[in-house]
Amino acid sequence: MQVSRHWRLKSERYKLVGETCDSCGVKLFPPRDVCLACEAPAKELYTFTGFGEIYSYTTIYDPPAGFEHNAPYTVALIKLEEGPLVTAQLTDMDDEEVRIGMPVEMVTRKLRSEGEEGMIVYGYKFRPAVPVQELSAA
Amino acid sequence: MTENQKSEGLMRPHHEVGIVGYGAYVPRFRLPATEIDRMWKGGKGGAPIKEKSVPGLDEDVVTMSIEAARNAMARAQIDPREIRAVWVGSESHPYAVKPTSTVVAEAIGAVPHTQAADWEFACKAGTEAMQAAIGFVGSGMARYALSIGMDTAQGRPGDALEYTAAAGGAALLIGRGEEALAVIEGSYSFVTDTPDFWRRAHAEYPSHGDRFTGEPAYFKHVISASEALMGGVGRTAADYQWAVFHQPNVKFPSRAAKMLGFAPEQIAPGLLSNRIGNTYAGSAVIGLTAVLDIAQPRDRILVVSYGSGAGSDAFDLRVTDRILETRGLAPTTEDYIARRKVIDYATYTRYRDKLKMS
Repeated sequence: MQVSRHWRLKSERYKLVGETCDSCGVKLFPPRDVCLACEAPAKELYTFTGFGEIYSYTTIYDPPAGFEHNAPYTVALIKLEEGPLVTAQLTDMDDEEVRIGMPVEMVTRKLRSEGEEGMIVYGYKFRPAVPVQELSAA
Repeated sequence: MTENQKSEGLMRPHHEVGIVGYGAYVPRFRLPATEIDRMWKGGKGGAPIKEKSVPGLDEDVVTMSIEAARNAMARAQIDPREIRAVWVGSESHPYAVKPTSTVVAEAIGAVPHTQAADWEFACKAGTEAMQAAIGFVGSGMARYALSIGMDTAQGRPGDALEYTAAAGGAALLIGRGEEALAVIEGSYSFVTDTPDFWRRAHAEYPSHGDRFTGEPAYFKHVISASEALMGGVGRTAADYQWAVFHQPNVKFPSRAAKMLGFAPEQIAPGLLSNRIGNTYAGSAVIGLTAVLDIAQPRDRILVVSYGSGAGSDAFDLRVTDRILETRGLAPTTEDYIARRKVIDYATYTRYRDKLKMS
């Protein structure tokens, strides 16, 4: 993959920047400039909250080239709270914990590295929120 | 020219500055020291700490800094476009040439009208960035400056430092005193050329001076910086509720605290090394975030870092009422420490890229 393509996608990958439709209000991710619901132009940028839930998932044991480093890993369809479905890896959790409907949040992680000397590609993955402990003074 | 005299005084900016947001990060994996002992000493060697944190396969100083920075932003509740510097201190930047800080600045929305740079000074790179941020905000050049100390430390297999070389750190957003959850009332830096620990260009693992790392290195700089700062602000150990010292293990910061007159309970909440290891450039700053999570308004905190090569930065902080409304807005340091999955030495070697694949 080319350096320029990684560069073009950085807002989507680091911040989940998509678009919103001016005429019907539908949120789009990834951005595609035309509303999928009403076909009106949709060019207003919108940063998604990063919260959603697992819609479906599968575990990859035989990864495509470039993703061997992390295998096995689980890929999920995430239903974002604003509506769109996003495909992403899950992280910070064990395979046995994953279930459909589980609430998850976006984090930025290393997606892949283009060899020892190539660029490191960062982007979104999803995980369960960090559990909050009871605060106690030491 | 001989060494500077500490009478040259306390470092304090023209305008009052403080911490307006803070965020910690610790990866979820833990390697018990008994695993390293089992591998290299037949289980008979003992261990300087209980366990250390280990980053996952998809984590590095960029991703960890982004999460800590997002936590700091969640607490500060400010427009990221008002940040005029994003500075990341580490000795494990993923690239030799290409800044960590621009990726972090992009991810939190601080680009493009901002300064960004990576800092390097062994374990005190994070507080070095904090000192600079104090100057940047205190001079009026910037409304906010973000300083981060974060590391995924390198430990040579079988070396004494493998037990403790860990991953984690914190982000501190520096801003004006009137917005601060903790005002920085003074700081002090103390450095000399002391060759206690280093890593040459292209070398995978650091080298160190064994016992030389103690008296002439850690203790001389930590104690000198602490005494000069406390003298400058006119305070003694009894004036502080809490103190945080750079923590390469449990013994060094405990002994430094005792030498300076601090009681064990004053350093307890910020002494994390037994449970997460030495997070290098993250060590002193994540100790501070753990203290901010439990501190009360008007508490005073002493923070003293140490970086090999060698030097210390010391900070005197006073907690304000704003701590109460901000600390619940992001996960606490203890939340991250409690999120924990124990791994064995084999998994550790894979996660840390120690396996030779070709």
